[in-house]
Amino acid sequence: MSDNNETSNISRRDLLKRGGTLAAASALGSFPAPAVHAAEDKVLRYLGTAVNQSDDITKRVKAETGITIQNIVATTDDVTKRVITQPNSFDILDTEYFSLKKLVPSGNILPMDAKKIKEFDNITPVFTKGQLPNGKVIGDQGTAPKKVMFVDGPNSSKFSKTPTEWVTLIPTTYNADTLGIRPDLIKRPIQNWSELLNPEFKGKAAILNIPSIGIMDAAMVVESLGKYKYADKGNMTKKEIDLTIGVLTEAKKAGQFRAFWKDFNESVNLMASGETVIQSMWSPAVTAVRTKGIPCVFQPLKEGYRGWASGFCMSRGTTQKQREMIYEFVNWFLSGWAGAYLNRQGYYSAVLSTAKKYMEPYEWAYWMEGKPAEKDIHAPDGSLLEKAGVKRDGGSYDERMGAIACWNSVMDENDYMVRKWNEFIAA
Amino acid sequence: MTESAARLPMTAKPIVAAKPERNLDRFGVPGWLQAMPFGLVFAAFFVAPLILVVIVSFWDYNDYQMMPAFITRSYVESFDGCLTHFPDCTILRTYLSTAKFCLIVWVLTLLIGFTVAYFLAFHVRSQTTQAVLFLVCTIPFWTSNVIRMISWIPLLGRNGLVNQIFVNSHIVNKPLEWLLYSPFSVALAFTHLFVFFMVAPIFNSMMRIDRRLIEAAYDAGASGWQMLTNVIIPLSKPGVAIGSIFVITIVMGDFITFDVMGGEQIASAGKAIETRLNALQFPPAAANAVILLGATMLIIAALNRIVDIRKEL
Repeated sequence: MSDNNETSNISRRDLLKRGGTLAAASALGSFPAPAVHAAEDKVLRYLGTAVNQSDDITKRVKAETGITIQNIVATTDDVTKRVITQPNSFDILDTEYFSLKKLVPSGNILPMDAKKIKEFDNITPVFTKGQLPNGKVIGDQGTAPKKVMFVDGPNSSKFSKTPTEWVTLIPTTYNADTLGIRPDLIKRPIQNWSELLNPEFKGKAAILNIPSIGIMDAAMVVESLGKYKYADKGNMTKKEIDLTIGVLTEAKKAGQFRAFWKDFNESVNLMASGETVIQSMWSPAVTAVRTKGIPCVFQPLKEGYRGWASGFCMSRGTTQKQREMIYEFVNWFLSGWAGAYLNRQGYYSAVLSTAKKYMEPYEWAYWMEGKPAEKDIHAPDGSLLEKAGVKRDGGSYDERMGAIACWNSVMDENDYMVRKWNEFIAA
Repeated sequence: MTESAARLPMTAKPIVAAKPERNLDRFGVPGWLQAMPFGLVFAAFFVAPLILVVIVSFWDYNDYQMMPAFITRSYVESFDGCLTHFPDCTILRTYLSTAKFCLIVWVLTLLIGFTVAYFLAFHVRSQTTQAVLFLVCTIPFWTSNVIRMISWIPLLGRNGLVNQIFVNSHIVNKPLEWLLYSPFSVALAFTHLFVFFMVAPIFNSMMRIDRRLIEAAYDAGASGWQMLTNVIIPLSKPGVAIGSIFVITIVMGDFITFDVMGGEQIASAGKAIETRLNALQFPPAAANAVILLGATMLIIAALNRIVDIRKEL
């Protein structure tokens, strides 16, 4: 599988193959390193999914704090597997909020002290309260960050409904996902999730084959078709799972889907080659198709977006010294440079005020305020992303994040859902 | 056929079952001790993990851990619906789909593999050419499985090379959709990937056929077809059986080829295991692995009924 070299935008759940190999390689390299030795050298073993693990960030951290970051790259699923099965193989972890439902009860995550996070009070209320900075309440179906962000006490593994001092995960990166389309092949406006199953696109649609996320996209479609209204798309009952899988199965049997995809590159290839014209997609994948000179839109839809968010967790296996180092690293990460770096890739940063200082006003206007680009927009590596005059798909931060309908999640009926998903694949 | 039989190499060596030298026996080293090194490796890296898999398949689990127990939950849930909706349950459908591909790929690799091996063994006269051609067959193995598979995609896609040629030469009006992400592409990729596993053992078997048997058949007036069916095929059976085991076990356990070439839309036994693993549901994954092992062993046992591999070797 070829790496996607055209763009520096690497998906958070990127590069299955490469991730796997790297994870294996670094597992061999870093696992036996004794923790004491690591502490003296100011080294942190950083397990994550590649979004925040670019070389640029690693170099900058070293230069400004003296901390050497050893990146361990894996897919979201593999990161979770490692935290559960090899909790001592990392010091700091980069994962998504929805994984916390599995990770925190396992006891392998140490809550962080909010008082030691300098910018904690400036973290966007999207996480802490579930609302936009302007006070607008956003959708909280699924594993919304506020539901799993806090635990009762420093040693607790029980989620607190209200904010406490003890934070499970300090957010860094997040976004709103929707369908990607090929406007040149569809040739008409697309406004609803239901279009994914529109027979007009028979044999040209694709859905994400990661059960917990794919079923959410399917639920958006089901609601958009007017077939059912879920109490919580991110936490379905068995009946609702049956219904959702039923709709998918019917479409599959009718030949609606060209393929399912699981990794970033597959989604890019499907779209770029014209095998599909409408599919579940991630923002940087859309950018990757576009940098090949092929029109592709991350289409805002009436029913809203599916949100996701990731950030830092601390391993319970860390020493006191390492913990201090992790706080130093997290504080550095929230201090602006990294946030601006992520914002320029189309993600959003957790502390907006600090990131703004590191971005040009025209960049901020394009990425965050949804205004037409005054000048050409460049990626962090300098490659051209958009020409002057273009607006970002979906508009401003408030428009995009405000339209979140549900969050990536792990359902209570996860086990049943996975079985049903296998049934759908077998249909 | 007759002509080709006449061109058979006359220099073929007579096969004499060589008596194995029993050097170690002479020094009084008992057989079980001689087998021990491999036996230990086998025990550590095959038997022990397998036992673990079986044990785990009876454990209980939740979202984030597995709990030692002895329950049949993973098996019961794997066969969910098989009693009430028989035969329309997920696991049967999955295994039927997998078995279907096994059969298709087995037939295709057997036909192609046998033909190639036959050509190499009986038509190519010089041993050098034989060796060179045999090595040529291995060239695809210089690149990885996945790359060999993925290279089909630009060829077979909707806007791929094959479709472009078909459309431009007006053989079809619009691109053929079934070329990619279809049972066709999966079977094609499997055949392409694994035909050599058939060629090698059959070729090996054929090279061991005593050429005098063929001469005798020719002298006795057998036609080319009769020689093929009465002499060559029966004597190639061990190779066919071994090749079949390779191909069948690989296809039964595969999920990457199904994913990449089938657009993840085609069920396979390996895929079902992978999905459970990714959801951190290790016990059902283990249970599925045990079921897969059972199914594969049944097939191999059936094969063994047709050809007694141990005897033939």
